[in-house]
Amino acid sequence: MTLLAFDWALLIEKLVLIAVIVFGSLGIALYTTFAERKVAAVLQDRPGPNRAGPFGLLQPFADGLKLMMKEEIIPNTSNKVLFILGPGLAMTAALMTCAVIPWSSHVELFDRKIELQIADINIGILYVFGVVSMGVYGIMIGGWASNNKFSLMAALRGASQAISYELAMGLALIAVLMLSGSLSLKAIVGEQMADGNYWNIVYQPLGFLIFFVCALAECNRTPFDLPEAENELNFGYHQEYSSMKLGFYLFAEYVNMIMSSAVMACLYFGGYDIPFLDESTLAPNVAALLGIGALLTKIVIFIFIFMWIRWTIPRFRYDQLMNLGWKTMIPLALANMLITGALILWKTGV
Amino acid sequence: MQALTNRSQGVSRKPMSFMERLYIPAILKGMAITFSHIFKKKPTIRYPEQKRPFSPVFRGLHVLNRDEEGRERCTACGLCAVACPAEAITMEAAERLPNEEHLYREEKYAAKYEINMLRCIFCGLCEEACPKDAIYLSETFAPANYTRKGFVYGKEELLIPDPKTNPEGYAAAKGSK
Repeated sequence: MTLLAFDWALLIEKLVLIAVIVFGSLGIALYTTFAERKVAAVLQDRPGPNRAGPFGLLQPFADGLKLMMKEEIIPNTSNKVLFILGPGLAMTAALMTCAVIPWSSHVELFDRKIELQIADINIGILYVFGVVSMGVYGIMIGGWASNNKFSLMAALRGASQAISYELAMGLALIAVLMLSGSLSLKAIVGEQMADGNYWNIVYQPLGFLIFFVCALAECNRTPFDLPEAENELNFGYHQEYSSMKLGFYLFAEYVNMIMSSAVMACLYFGGYDIPFLDESTLAPNVAALLGIGALLTKIVIFIFIFMWIRWTIPRFRYDQLMNLGWKTMIPLALANMLITGALILWKTGV
Repeated sequence: MQALTNRSQGVSRKPMSFMERLYIPAILKGMAITFSHIFKKKPTIRYPEQKRPFSPVFRGLHVLNRDEEGRERCTACGLCAVACPAEAITMEAAERLPNEEHLYREEKYAAKYEINMLRCIFCGLCEEACPKDAIYLSETFAPANYTRKGFVYGKEELLIPDPKTNPEGYAAAKGSK
């Protein structure tokens, strides 16, 4: 009976946590679409959607319903299996990232210490990068299976863009890893919360800038939204998609945005750390709740900046994008890495 | 070539300076501009609740007028239909019966009066042609409709409310004219 001597409470605890986090992120993504429209409107002197419900708050549900009710079109010449797989893969990859993000410290319920993180794996950030690169498959497969030259072009662009910017992103990340000495996101956050340490943004301003620009490119956000450049590629890699499959692609983009905001908050802005407050003086449950609030606030601020940039800057040309990625970002990230390494060596005096 | 105005500006072909090539300062400047727009007053008029006032010379939907006693002014003379460049107006005349003096002002009246709002160009020539002051263009415009037939307005849609039985409706339809 050794098999049954399993910690069932742990299983239930994790399942509840997974459900809460997945549906929570979906809910936030839902309202991010609404926020995008509102932010766009406000930046352009318009009121934005304000008809559905008070202040238009029911608009995302109306949008979702509209997408569900649309006719489901699968092109005759498409590869049907891959065509259906594409949006699912994009969504799965986007949601899988949330498994390693430390949403807060721990809460104490029913005499149990519950970590508010689905899995604290010691290669957390590598896992994030692995999953994020999987997201490219969603774009590639979708664009390829549509059997449409515009979709294929967009998919190629998306894939090459994602791969180019992942390099610089990874190099910027190495500098952070040198500072914290761990790949676990929880440890990286803990390092920034420790006494006498500041947030990584203080030590890594250039690294953060590189990471942020690369995150924009990874999420296919303006100014790097070349995969869905309407004026050249009609609608990009999801041109042949309709109904909820299109909804999945659009939704995955917003989930990606939330997840990259969360990762950036954890890596550079102390995760669930509240500035100028010593969390250890509070009761653990209160600290955990405040921590969730702090992380969510940081995520919201990042999402706002993403949108703010989108409605300010025009799109890059493709050669400019590649030049920026390979000739500017990667050398800068390398230099940042070398300087950080040299400074760490000099400080520790080895 | 001689310049026509002194407003033209030459295109600068100077290579970008280091600060310009950084892009970041320019991007931040742009973001400051968009951010300042958050606090700007929005020029939007929330349409069904708020309406933009029309100019007094606005030519909107037609109204068939009545006189002070609520009698229809139109005598179905057909001058409006002749004047209409879009041929949008059709009518059928009828003779007033002895017990209908309270309904129609003259001996002859329009039994059927139709304006096809899809043909109408809202030029106002019918208004100018009318010798009886019976038709004029109001300050509203044709609402949307699902069918072409719905845009052919008959007397029910065009006639102004009776000033005796429905003075408010009469005043509202009459507008400032």
